[in-house]
Amino acid sequence: MNLHIAAQINSFLAALVLLTAFGMLVQKRVYGLIHLFAWQGFFLSLNTAIVGFVADRHHLYISSVLTLSLKVFLLPYILHVLIHRLKIRKEVETIVNIPTTMMIGIALVIFSYHLTAPVRELSNLVTRSTIAVALATVMLGLLMMITRKHAVTQIIGFLALENGLFFAATSATYGMPLVVELGVALDVLIAAFIFGIFFFHINRTFDSLDVEQMARLKEGD
Amino acid sequence: MNLYPFAAEMLQILIILAIAPAFVGWVRMLKCWLQGRTTAGLFQPYRDLMKLFAKDVILAENASWIFRFTPYIVFGTATLAGGIIPMLSVDLPLAASADAIVLVALFAIARFFTSLAGMDIGTAFGGMGSSREMTIASLAEPAMLMAIFTVSLAAGSTSLSQIVQVVFSGQSVLRPSLAFAFLAFVLVSLAETGRIPVDNPTTHLELTMIHEAMLLEYSGRHLALFEWAGMMKLTLFMALGAVLFFPWGIGTGSIIASGLAFVFLLLKLAAAGIVLVLIETGLAKMRLFRLTEFLGSAFLMATLGMLSFFILE
Amino acid sequence: MAMNSSTMLLVLLGVPLCAAAILAFVGDRKFAPEINILGSAATLATGLGLALEVYLQGPMLAGGKFFFVDAFNIYLSVLTSFVSMTTAMFSRGYMRREREHGRVGKIRMRFYHAMFQLFIFAMLLCLLTNNVGVLWIAMELATLSTVLLVSLYRTPTAIEAAWKYFILCGVGIAQALFGTVLLYFAAEKVLGEGGEALLWTNLSRVSGSLEPTVLSLAFVFLMVGYGTKVGLVPLHNWLPDAHSEGPTPISAVLSGLLLNIALYALVRCKVLVDGSTHTHQAGNIMMGFGLLSILVAAFSLLRQKDIKRMFSYSSIEHMGIATFAFGLGGPIATFGALLHMLVHSLAKSAIFFTVGHASQMHRTQEMERIRGLFKGNPLVGWGLMIGVMAIVGMPPFGIFTSEFLILTATMKDAPYLTPFLLLGLGVTFAALFRKVQPMVSGDIPSYQRPVKAAHLPVLLHLALVLIIGIYMPAFLNTWFHTAVELLK
Repeated sequence: MNLHIAAQINSFLAALVLLTAFGMLVQKRVYGLIHLFAWQGFFLSLNTAIVGFVADRHHLYISSVLTLSLKVFLLPYILHVLIHRLKIRKEVETIVNIPTTMMIGIALVIFSYHLTAPVRELSNLVTRSTIAVALATVMLGLLMMITRKHAVTQIIGFLALENGLFFAATSATYGMPLVVELGVALDVLIAAFIFGIFFFHINRTFDSLDVEQMARLKEGD
Repeated sequence: MNLYPFAAEMLQILIILAIAPAFVGWVRMLKCWLQGRTTAGLFQPYRDLMKLFAKDVILAENASWIFRFTPYIVFGTATLAGGIIPMLSVDLPLAASADAIVLVALFAIARFFTSLAGMDIGTAFGGMGSSREMTIASLAEPAMLMAIFTVSLAAGSTSLSQIVQVVFSGQSVLRPSLAFAFLAFVLVSLAETGRIPVDNPTTHLELTMIHEAMLLEYSGRHLALFEWAGMMKLTLFMALGAVLFFPWGIGTGSIIASGLAFVFLLLKLAAAGIVLVLIETGLAKMRLFRLTEFLGSAFLMATLGMLSFFILE
Repeated sequence: MAMNSSTMLLVLLGVPLCAAAILAFVGDRKFAPEINILGSAATLATGLGLALEVYLQGPMLAGGKFFFVDAFNIYLSVLTSFVSMTTAMFSRGYMRREREHGRVGKIRMRFYHAMFQLFIFAMLLCLLTNNVGVLWIAMELATLSTVLLVSLYRTPTAIEAAWKYFILCGVGIAQALFGTVLLYFAAEKVLGEGGEALLWTNLSRVSGSLEPTVLSLAFVFLMVGYGTKVGLVPLHNWLPDAHSEGPTPISAVLSGLLLNIALYALVRCKVLVDGSTHTHQAGNIMMGFGLLSILVAAFSLLRQKDIKRMFSYSSIEHMGIATFAFGLGGPIATFGALLHMLVHSLAKSAIFFTVGHASQMHRTQEMERIRGLFKGNPLVGWGLMIGVMAIVGMPPFGIFTSEFLILTATMKDAPYLTPFLLLGLGVTFAALFRKVQPMVSGDIPSYQRPVKAAHLPVLLHLALVLIIGIYMPAFLNTWFHTAVELLK
C-alpha cells in the first residue's frame, strides 16, 4: 500500500477515534455509550491492522485481533448482559453540563497536542501525527470518568482510556512488544471480571449503580 | 475586458432566484412521498409566491420603517449571497470581492433586521420569535464561522472560489478536518435554515415557532419576499455545502463547463434534498433548551476539524 | 548451593503462584492458614538463598534476561516475603476469628487465601522482572488481586473503598503505561525494536543516549502513575479508604509492601531519566510530591477518628519521606530512603497487627471506643505503643536512624526545606501520641473482649526495627551501599 494513502487512512481513523471519544463524552444513554465504545474499538483494531500491514509488523495483527475480540465483542457483550440483568436506568446523568464538558474536552485535545510535540518531532513513523489523538483519547476517558457519576459510565470511561493507551502504543512505536501487549490484554480481562462482580455488589448494597451514593467515607465525619 | 464572468454572475443569480422555490417544492414532495401523502407538485411554491404577490399589504398602525424595509433587505441579502457562492463557475466577480466571512455577515444582517421587524409591531409572538432567533444565532454563528475557518485553513484562503478550487484539486481524499467541518456544517445548516430538529418550518403552533413567529404580522408581497428569501437561503446553504465539500463538476470559465456545472448543481441539490428529508423525517423537533447541546456539538465538530487540521495533517 | 540462581528465581515466583492455585480450592479448610504460612515461609527461604547468592556474586540476569536481581530489588524481595510470612501467621488467628464473628464465609475464605498468595506473586514479579512493561503489568495485577480483598466484608463502606481503589488506581496506573510507551519510544531509537528495548538492564546501559525531552515527558506520566500507587498527595485519595476498610492483614501488606513496590518502580524509572537528562528535574518533582505528602498527611492525621485510617495517613507520610529522600539523591539521602522503606514496612505492619487485635477486642475501629489496652492485653497495648514510638522516629528505633540520615542530607543539600520536613515530623509525632495514649492507658471498658493475640509477628517486627536502630548489621550496610551505588 502506498505510504501516503496509509498515513491518510491512519489519520482518518484517528479522527474517528477522537470523534467516538467525544461522542461518549456527550452520550447520555448507556446502550449508546456501549455502542460507541465498540465502534472505537473497531476503528482501533482496523487502524492497528493497517499499520501492521504498512509497517510490516506481524505482531500487530495479533494485537488487532485481540482488540477486535476483546473490545468490540467481548466487553460490550459483557456490559450489555450486566446492564440487562441489573435493570439499569437507561439515561445517565452527568455532573457537569454537556457543553462545558465539550469545552473542557477541546482544551484537553489542545493540551495533548502540545504535550506530545517533542515525540512527534522525533518520530519518523507514518503514524506519528496520531500520538496527540491517542493522548487526547486517554484524557477524554479520564474526563468522562470524572464527569459521570454512574458506575457503568465510569467503567466505560476507564476502558476508553485504555483504548487510548493502546492507540498510543501503536502510533508512537508500532506497538509494544508482544509480551507486554498480551499482559495488558490479560489485565483488562481480569479488570472486566472484577467490575462485573462489583456491579452486582454495588447494586445490591446501594440499590443502584449511582456512584454519588457512595460518599460515606469522607474526611472528618 | 472579459465580460464572461459578469454574464456568469448574472446568470447564476437568476438561476438561484428561479430554482429556489422548485428546490423547496422538491423537498416537500419527498416528504409527502415518505409520509405516504399526495404531493402538491414541484411547482406549488411558485403558485404560493404568485398568490402572495397579488395580495395587498396590510400594515399595522404602529409599524415603523424597519418593518417595511426589512423584507427588501432580507431578500436583497439573499440575492447577493446567491452571487457570492461559486456554483456555476469559480470565476465570479462577486466571489472574488467577497469571501466566506462576508457571506456569514450577509445572513447575519438579514437575521438582525428580521428580529427587529419581529419586535417592531410589539406583539408577544414576534418578540418571542426574535428572542429565540437571536439565541440560536448566538450559538450557530460561532459554529458556522468555525466550520468555515477550518475549511479556509485547509485551503489556505477565506475566498470561496479559492477554497472550492483547492478542495477540488486536492490530492488528499480523506481529510479529517474537512469531514469534521462538513458534519458541523450540516448541523449548523439545519439551525440556520430553520429545519427540524431546530425549528419546524411547517408548524402552525405559535408557541413552538421560531422563525415563523417573527413573520406573523407580514402579508402580501412582504411575506412573499420573506418566503422567497427563505427558500433561497435553504437552497444556498445546500449549494454551499455541495460546492465546498463536494466540488465535482464545478466550472472554471467556459460556457460548456458552466452548463455542466449547472447540471451537476441540480443533481447535487436533488441529493441534498433527499438527505435533508431523511434527517427531518428521522428526527423530532428538539425542546428549545436542548438546542445548546445540539449547536454545541456543531461547534465541537468544527473545532475538532480545526484541531485535526493541525494535529493530523 | 543445590540450586542454581535461575531455578531459585523460578521457585521464588512459583511457590506463591502454586500456593494460590492450591488455596483457591482448599482455602476454606482448617489447615488452609498453615498452607498459607508454609507457602510464604518457602518463599522467604528461597528469597534468602537468592539474596545470599547476590550478596556473594553480585547482580545477575536470569531466565533469558527476563529477570534481573541486584542489591536493590533483592532486599525488597526478602522484605516482601518476610512480611508476607509474618502476615500469614497473623492472619491465621485473625481470619479465624473473623469467620467466627460471621464476617466472612467459606468461599470468601478461599478467595482471601488464594488472592493473598497471588498478591505476593504479583509483587515479587514486579520486583524481579527486568522488563519495564512487565513491571507495569505485574503492578496492575497486584492492584487487581487486592481490589476484591478490600471489599471482602461487603459492607457499603468496604465496597465504596474498593471501588475507589479500583477506579483511581486503574486511572493512575494507566498514566504509567503511557509513560512506559514513551520510554519504549525513546529506547527503540537506541536499542532497536522488540522486547530487548524494554529491558531495564539494557535501558540503564544506554540511558545516556536516550532522548531527554521524551524521557522527562515520560517521567511526568510515570510519576503520576506510580505516584498514585505510592499514595502521594494529591493522588492519595483512595489510600486511607482502601487500607482501612479491608481485613487487617491486607491493610498490613498494602501499607507495608505494596507502597514500597510502587516506590521501587518509580525509583527505577528515575534512574533512567536522570541518566538521560543529566538534570535534577525528576528529583525535584519527587521532592515536591514527597514534601507535600508529608505535610498534608501530618495535618490529616490530626483529624482522624478511625484507627486504621489514621495509620494509613501515617503510611502516606512515610512514603512521602522516602520519595523526598530519593528525590533529594546523593548517597546519604538514598541510603536513608532505602533504610526507611525497610523499617517503615516492618514497623507499620507490626502496628497493623496490633491494631487488628485491638479492633477485634472492641469490635470497632473507632478510636473513641478503644480503651485500656495495657490492662486488657499487654502485648497488644505495648506492641501498639512501641510501634508508634518507632513509627514517629524516636530513638533508638531504626526509623530514627533513617529519618536522621534524611534530615542531615536535607540540611546539606536543600537547607530551606528542612523546616517543612521538621514541621511534618513534629505534627505527626504530636498527633499520633495524642491519639494513641488514651487508647492504651486507662481502665478496661465493659465491652472489651479478650482475644488470643499472635505474639510472634509483632515481636519479631519490632525487635528487628530496634536491632536495626541500635546496630546495623554489616551485610545490610554493604547491601545498602551497593544499592546506593546502583541508584546513582
